[in-house]
Amino acid sequence: MTQTHQHEVIIVGAGGAGLMAALYASRGADTAVLSKLYPTRSHTGAAQGGIGAALGNLEPDKVEWHSFDTVKGSDYLGDQDAIDYMCAQAPEVVYELEHMGLPFSRNADGTIAQRRFGGHTNNDTKQPVLRSCYAADRTGHMILQTLYQNCIKNKVHFYDEFHVLDLLMNDGVANGVVAVELATGELHVFHAKSVVFATGGHGRIWELTSNAYAYTGDGVAITLRRGLPAQDLEFFQFHPTGILKLGILITEGVRGEGGVLINGKGERFMERYAPTVKDLASRDVVSRSIYLEIRDGNGIKGDRYVHLDMRPEVVNHYAELDGRKMPDGTPYRVTGEQLLSKVPDIVDFCRTYLGIDPIKEPMPIQPTAHYAMGGIPTNMHGQALSDAKGTIVPGLFAAGEVACVSVHGANRLGTNSLLDLVVFGKEAGKMAAEYAKGADYKPLENNPTDFTRQQLDRILGKSGGEKIVTLGEEMKTKMMDDVGVFRTAEGMTSAIEKMRELRERYKNISVDDHGKRFNTDLLNAWELGCLLDVALATAVSAEARPESRGAHAREDFPKRNDTEWLKHTLAWMDGNQVRLEYKPVTITKYEPKERVY
Amino acid sequence: MLVYLKIYRYNPEAGRNVPSFDTYNIEAEPTDRVLDLLEHVKGNVDGTISFRRSCAHGVCGSDAMRINGRNMLACKALVKDVGTEITVEPILGLPVLKDMIVDMEPFFNSYKSLMPFLINEDVPADGKERRQTPEQLERFEDTTKCILCAACTTSCPVFWSDEQYVGPATIVNAHRFIFDSRDQAANTRLEILADHGGAFRCRTAFNCTEACPREIHVTQAIAEVKNAITSGGVEH
Repeated sequence: MTQTHQHEVIIVGAGGAGLMAALYASRGADTAVLSKLYPTRSHTGAAQGGIGAALGNLEPDKVEWHSFDTVKGSDYLGDQDAIDYMCAQAPEVVYELEHMGLPFSRNADGTIAQRRFGGHTNNDTKQPVLRSCYAADRTGHMILQTLYQNCIKNKVHFYDEFHVLDLLMNDGVANGVVAVELATGELHVFHAKSVVFATGGHGRIWELTSNAYAYTGDGVAITLRRGLPAQDLEFFQFHPTGILKLGILITEGVRGEGGVLINGKGERFMERYAPTVKDLASRDVVSRSIYLEIRDGNGIKGDRYVHLDMRPEVVNHYAELDGRKMPDGTPYRVTGEQLLSKVPDIVDFCRTYLGIDPIKEPMPIQPTAHYAMGGIPTNMHGQALSDAKGTIVPGLFAAGEVACVSVHGANRLGTNSLLDLVVFGKEAGKMAAEYAKGADYKPLENNPTDFTRQQLDRILGKSGGEKIVTLGEEMKTKMMDDVGVFRTAEGMTSAIEKMRELRERYKNISVDDHGKRFNTDLLNAWELGCLLDVALATAVSAEARPESRGAHAREDFPKRNDTEWLKHTLAWMDGNQVRLEYKPVTITKYEPKERVY
Repeated sequence: MLVYLKIYRYNPEAGRNVPSFDTYNIEAEPTDRVLDLLEHVKGNVDGTISFRRSCAHGVCGSDAMRINGRNMLACKALVKDVGTEITVEPILGLPVLKDMIVDMEPFFNSYKSLMPFLINEDVPADGKERRQTPEQLERFEDTTKCILCAACTTSCPVFWSDEQYVGPATIVNAHRFIFDSRDQAANTRLEILADHGGAFRCRTAFNCTEACPREIHVTQAIAEVKNAITSGGVEH
């Protein structure tokens, strides 16, 4: 028996964006949060190195510099009005998090500690700037915990382990969602005035990823199935430093604290690719540099990885060569103990998974699929958009990694994801409540769970069909090989064909578990369907863009082409076909120019 | 290497009303996580095996299980560390719903009972951060690392036998606020923990400290709370 619930605002996802939206929406409207995980399991908790804000606690910094760095980091594809807004809001939201209780690391004077991060610079000197506000190397964990704590304080209504499988719409207006309650397997209908998607990313498309199992692109897939577009999917970030073979993230904060990348010849190779900021160039630049080193036979022992070295003697050696100074003007020097206190989790990951102590040995690393710049198109108020003209989808909002505002353009700067989800989670929550106050409940369709039931019954109705792991592994390998750090027309075309083939074979997928209670087998199969949809739309969006920009690097078109391709991609899906349209980038004061670090 | 894997099974819905074990011999690398083995069996042999997991590297707290009798996160337990004979069971003291999935509601309800949020409505006039020195932070920083996986609470013999006891994780999270120089409700929290289900139920078995995948000094944190209760409060 399907239960129907009614809340003015339904928030889907309980990571940073969803919880921030919940805090704000619940002030003005009856709000409930649905999450397929317990909120504190959300992937925001895996973010490490910090949240960017030009507080200038230890050295001069400006909001305008943060804005420009973000525009440049985006390879000029970010919308400059939204970027200006986000960077201007940054100090305020960081103070707000502190007021909520977030235990930031501190400077000696009691102010919030800040560290260097890739692509964040003093625009006058061009040198890296202390901008990333951090809580050791568990900043995401502390944001997630703090926001959840405040939701408890404010008595936000949660439906934990309710997995949303469909968005309900009536005449183009969002009016609810369908979710399966994991414990019982029952479908529930949530009738709402506003729906906020904060469902996170989809890094599980790729073989090697820093992303959680839960990062299966649910939000983008659901909206694509409901006829809405996805924006800029071809831009997916590969973080330079994932643990060898596992993909577990090693924060850029390690390089911020002075760690360096070293190739098989013992060279600090980033000097050649980014002479000014070196190891703290943007992530796309660093990941490509690592691939090129490996291609040239300069991997460690000629293998497919390089070293990230944060041994204190190495950090101090290069700090001296760089002439790096402490904020008080004395030479920058670190001890092993200091590094351990700044990045304790990294040390723990290395000990656990690699059996090495990074204070004494370098870490073997390779680029790992990390972050979706693309997603559900929104404006800077979190309102979802349905076309290239910017038409708003009434009642639908999106924030965090699932959304594409776009503040990250073709490449996101480190620390800007946590900032994005706090700033735009807040905005989406406020707007969702405001919209709900002025709207009525749009009537539900007669059988709102039909589409969901069809999808689940198709999986449950088969036996002896295709296996989840087989299709999943074929998808991940192909996407890693052909829609990864470097791309060619030939590779992407074959990836498109492969994704179409996998989607056909997916129609014959079957599972072992036919029960109702915690049927994770069934939901894994459903999630794979989401990944395949997003993978196909990603490959098609990528193949259609004959230029190199940010994370989309083509060997056959190595240059950026602003004359023809300074524009956002919008992708619609109809069966195995993907239709593309384009919309202009918002440019206010920063005209595109060559991007060098 | 060949691993002998024993997996706890319980699912009344499928007629498995009595807990039992399924066993598998599988080829594994020494660096494989127990979670990798579970995923392998679920994906290739029996999709009905059920467990929670998400981040797979020890920060989300989904996959606390009993592995060879000790509470661990399946994603932080490597074959080379736990051996080639591996028994996987659900954590103890919370109702088992299906295989390794337990009812987490009692655990989270206990957590919420101690007001796990900063209480302080005063903000600096300039709107900026409240000041806190590195030394003040250090007093509670260890307990901020908690990921609410329940490994500590469900390793505690007092928790198993006494349903009044709030359990180590709840006290860890109370500690995180009691010793935070910015918080203004330490005394209220201490009063609750002075009550009969509170900190003095702890018999310092140290199971919690051994079980914590975040290496929080849980027993020490509980001792600090007990001391604060007996000494009548906290000075920052």
